[in-house]
Amino acid sequence: MYRYDEFDTRLVQERVEQFRRQTGRRLNGEMNEDQFLPLRLMNGVYLQLHAYMLRINVPYGAMRSRQIRQLAHIARTYDKGYGHFTTRQNMQFNWIQLKDVANAQADLAEVEMHCIQSSGNCIRNTTSDQYAGVAKDEIEDPRVYCEIIRQWSTLHPEFSYLPRKFKIAVTGSPNDRAAVALHDIGLRMHLNKNGEPGFEVLVGGGQGRTPFVAKTIRDWLPPEHLLSYLEAILRVYNLDGRRDNKWKARIKILVHQTGTKEFRRLVDTEWDKIRDSALKLPQAEIDRINAYFAPPDYESLDDAGETIAAWRADNANFDAWVRANVAEHKIPGYSIVNISLKSANQPPGDMTAAQMDAFADLADEYSFGELRVNHRQNLVLADVEQLRLRELWEKLRALDLATPNIGRVSDMIVCPGLDYCSLANARSIPIAEEINKRFSDMDRVHDIGELTINISGCMNACGHHHVGHIGILGVDKRGKEFYQFTLGGSSDQTASLGDRTGPGFPADKAVDAVETILNTYIEIRNDGECFLDTYRRAGLAPFKEALYGNP
Amino acid sequence: MAILNAGGLAEDLFNDVSIGNELPSEGTLIVSLDQWREHRDELISRTEPIGVCLKSDEKPDEIAADLEYFAVIALEFPTFRDGRPYSYARLLRERYGYTGELRAVGDVLLEQLHFMHRVGFDAFSIADDDAVRAWEIAAADVSVWYQPTSDGRASVMELRHGRR
Repeated sequence: MYRYDEFDTRLVQERVEQFRRQTGRRLNGEMNEDQFLPLRLMNGVYLQLHAYMLRINVPYGAMRSRQIRQLAHIARTYDKGYGHFTTRQNMQFNWIQLKDVANAQADLAEVEMHCIQSSGNCIRNTTSDQYAGVAKDEIEDPRVYCEIIRQWSTLHPEFSYLPRKFKIAVTGSPNDRAAVALHDIGLRMHLNKNGEPGFEVLVGGGQGRTPFVAKTIRDWLPPEHLLSYLEAILRVYNLDGRRDNKWKARIKILVHQTGTKEFRRLVDTEWDKIRDSALKLPQAEIDRINAYFAPPDYESLDDAGETIAAWRADNANFDAWVRANVAEHKIPGYSIVNISLKSANQPPGDMTAAQMDAFADLADEYSFGELRVNHRQNLVLADVEQLRLRELWEKLRALDLATPNIGRVSDMIVCPGLDYCSLANARSIPIAEEINKRFSDMDRVHDIGELTINISGCMNACGHHHVGHIGILGVDKRGKEFYQFTLGGSSDQTASLGDRTGPGFPADKAVDAVETILNTYIEIRNDGECFLDTYRRAGLAPFKEALYGNP
Repeated sequence: MAILNAGGLAEDLFNDVSIGNELPSEGTLIVSLDQWREHRDELISRTEPIGVCLKSDEKPDEIAADLEYFAVIALEFPTFRDGRPYSYARLLRERYGYTGELRAVGDVLLEQLHFMHRVGFDAFSIADDDAVRAWEIAAADVSVWYQPTSDGRASVMELRHGRR
């Protein structure tokens, strides 16, 4: 994993002290809230319904054990003893006080973490594949380029007052686990005809109230030109993006209104003038950063498939967990372990300080001291010896971290909703709790199989409802919470936006509607079809009929 | 308002007439893009130095061919949230080779001075009572720069690989 050198360290420390001074100016009245707002946002401080929220970047979702221990410390010292992992692989604390923020940020700087640009109309934390470096289908490790982008985008003097926020995601694999097509810029690695790796560049994806799947504007970009090409896109956006209407200010609207072909021409014209500038990446810098992501010292092991199979035959709970939560590793004898933060006992993505500390110990003991966060608000231990899976599982169970539901009905993405958020129209968490309760029988869960349900409490779509196989959107109808459904969304390499079923359902009927949809799927599915397959084959009609009857 | 530049606080020698309709027949003026277009030849024939002020929706390519005539180019921030002038400044310095005074006007706040300086502004019309002190604070806040711009500061990449 990357480690700060003297430059990275100095920048983060200076930034902490700068924000300490700015916060002081706000607290003693030298600065008004309007002037302070963009400064606090660019330092991760957000004002929510009840309190300030602090959002901490977890660059491309990767952490060391000492870093999550520090998050536990912050949860205990400055918050209510728990934190919340977000869909951007970050961590949020929902009850922080402004006077404590600088101290919390100084604690973060000690473990090479920061909140720079985790909010505001600037380039946000770059996200990536939680299986980076260990996935069998990977071409190259995307974290190398994420780190290069992190540095280039940090305190970028030209792009800190963009029309709107800006999110970049990178994948090094053809199977997209980072939802790159739903980002302002998505980078997808491919080999060209000569077998050299480079990036397909997608632009203008996003969710919110006007969702778009991103369009490809370059099929293959040599890595040495990555930063000049990004700078060209950002410059076109900074100059031409709409600033008259907050809801039309994202780059997706500019790409849509300009047209993909013309937008590509604008970017290429700009790029032509800067591609051979100081932004051209020296191979020495790519190599320098690549060295930090060298594989850990793997043992030379045989595949332990037979032993695992015997354990699975022996214990149905272990079997269910392996089936849903354990993924294939590129090195023989190792597995990737997914840790669900979607137990029925906690809001999705939440983790207590005690769980964080205990989990840090497990990362040290079982996975070379590292862990990852994914964009579905779950965790990953990427390098676990297969022969230690069973003992790890026992220890995770003791922490309520072994829910065997990864990629299943109860593994939902859920925004904070009206319980926390000042933008929300409806609550999200109680709907998720009810779904969790209704689908607690694991045999039924595994019979339903691969499924993503995503829930947003308003049309800003923080819960990614547009790309859930089943999407649920909370709306306010004359003071009452209603829930609208979309079906057939997906955020992987076959990204698509869901289709709306029709009128919404009141809160007490919403989970009945989920049951109706899933019963319909089970009725009409062909052998081996997951929900999304069935939907893509059969279309909206059978589900509509089941939900609303025959008109 | 006084102007903050490398020498500290300086008297503003220019009369900004870009918001008015009348173009005075003499004086050291900053004119609007419209005034420049309408009176270009006459303004060039005058002996006093001349400046132009671009609104945030007026791109610098509009004046790229005329840069030799300007002693000052002022870029207006209608609100500090409008980030277009940051790109304009880099284009003027790095693409069009403008070397005269580049002045930030409008909603110019202490907290944005550092970024403005990095992209090429060298003069600021700032409504801070203690602007010199403000600049000293802003300039000392950060001493690490990842991005190469034309401001002369060594980027981290250059320092790491011994190019500076």
